[in-house]
Amino acid sequence: MGTLLDEIIEYGGEVFGKEHMETVRECVQCGKCTGSCPSGRITAYRTRKMIQMARMNLREVLSMYELWFCTTCFTCYERCPRGVKVTDIIRTMRNIAVSEGHMSFSHKKVATYVFKTGHAVPIGEPQMKLREGVGLDPMAPTTQKFPEQLEQVREIVRTTGFDKKVGFDWETMKLREELEEGK
Amino acid sequence: MAEKEYAYFLGCITPNRYPGIEAATKKVFKEFGIETKEMIGASCCPAPGVFGSFDLHTWLPIAARNLAIAEEMDLEIYVTCNGCYGSLQEADHLLKHNERLRKKVNEVLGKIGREYKGKTKVNHSIVILHDVIGLDRIKEAVKKPMDDVNVAVHYGCHFLKPSEVRGHGSPERPYILEDLAHAIGAKTPYYKDKLMCCGAGGGVRSFDAPTSLEWTRQKIVNMIEAGCDCIMHPCAFCHLQLDRGQVEMQNLFGIEPKMPVLFATQLIGLAMGFSEKELGLDIHEVKMPEKLLK
Repeated sequence: MGTLLDEIIEYGGEVFGKEHMETVRECVQCGKCTGSCPSGRITAYRTRKMIQMARMNLREVLSMYELWFCTTCFTCYERCPRGVKVTDIIRTMRNIAVSEGHMSFSHKKVATYVFKTGHAVPIGEPQMKLREGVGLDPMAPTTQKFPEQLEQVREIVRTTGFDKKVGFDWETMKLREELEEGK
Repeated sequence: MAEKEYAYFLGCITPNRYPGIEAATKKVFKEFGIETKEMIGASCCPAPGVFGSFDLHTWLPIAARNLAIAEEMDLEIYVTCNGCYGSLQEADHLLKHNERLRKKVNEVLGKIGREYKGKTKVNHSIVILHDVIGLDRIKEAVKKPMDDVNVAVHYGCHFLKPSEVRGHGSPERPYILEDLAHAIGAKTPYYKDKLMCCGAGGGVRSFDAPTSLEWTRQKIVNMIEAGCDCIMHPCAFCHLQLDRGQVEMQNLFGIEPKMPVLFATQLIGLAMGFSEKELGLDIHEVKMPEKLLK
């Protein structure tokens, strides 16, 4: 079995290209990422540390709460003097974390909104009135309005298996976590 | 006759939380001869830092499906959210440059009878204002100049970055929003950490809202200290965080919600003489001060 670093390069490489992901090897731990990071001022998220843990094959980085404090602002990505594609490496690490079952309940809920409506932020009755107030149709012509269109998004989710990663039960339209804990 | 037609990719927050952004953009664009067509069956973009963090292999085909809808309309896209911009433009970029990836994504889309062909282009609405409509025509359309208004320009993140994909110059020295604010007569004071993120992205808002609001608190305080009267921004998601966030901040930190938040077309719309109600500004959490409405 390869190292975590190999896994990150392989996984991210399928989407961003291998060359893009190989930049992780160029990191010299200068810390410009951490110095530029707005999250690092507020939280315990340390970009440099995340990258180094990946390089040292320390898989516990995947279950760290801090991994989820990056807002993907891309400041480190822009400023890295070695051209390391930091934000895409972090996003890939999060993907691997999710594949291994490290996904917060609140994030699973966001995913279920897309499964249910096609929108991460769906519309409700009060917002329909707001739309009418500015002269718009109560519902925009999106997946939430047209069930056959929504079905296409659901089919994508089932095809890629993302529903299983999140633990979504299509019969009850709930997370398995919710069913088990009666949430 | 319309000078140009675009497919408007709405995303989630614009149509479902702040329809004023949608109304303002359609109205302002129409004034300049730009027609908007609806994208039937579009979904969440889906958010690049959220779904891109969860599962890139699901994020990409959902984004590609949205692109395919515009391709079927034979139109270019415009957006009013940096998240939508980030997601759709990045997906389009990746798929245009990687044949193997395109084939893989089209295998998924084939199951729902769609295909990504790489025929559309993803535009941000503020670039249409700046480059297609142009500053001169905006200046000519101003009926109520914002001469005494100090605008806190907030760019958000995914409009400018990654700059190699976005192509709007250096993300350290952006100019598009400043140009637009100056065109309606406003001033754009520099404020501390002007280019900092709003704090909502990457799933941080849903993961830990109080922490994400600390970013927002810092930005709002810095804007107030620089004497700004309102925020002008290009992103529906930032809008939610900055506007709704001020109410949430009141409960968390005891700060009064008093910094009005306007999407670029809402502020320009005011200067063009549209009313507060027409632009949906009356449904924002932070109320508009007299100074902006007079």
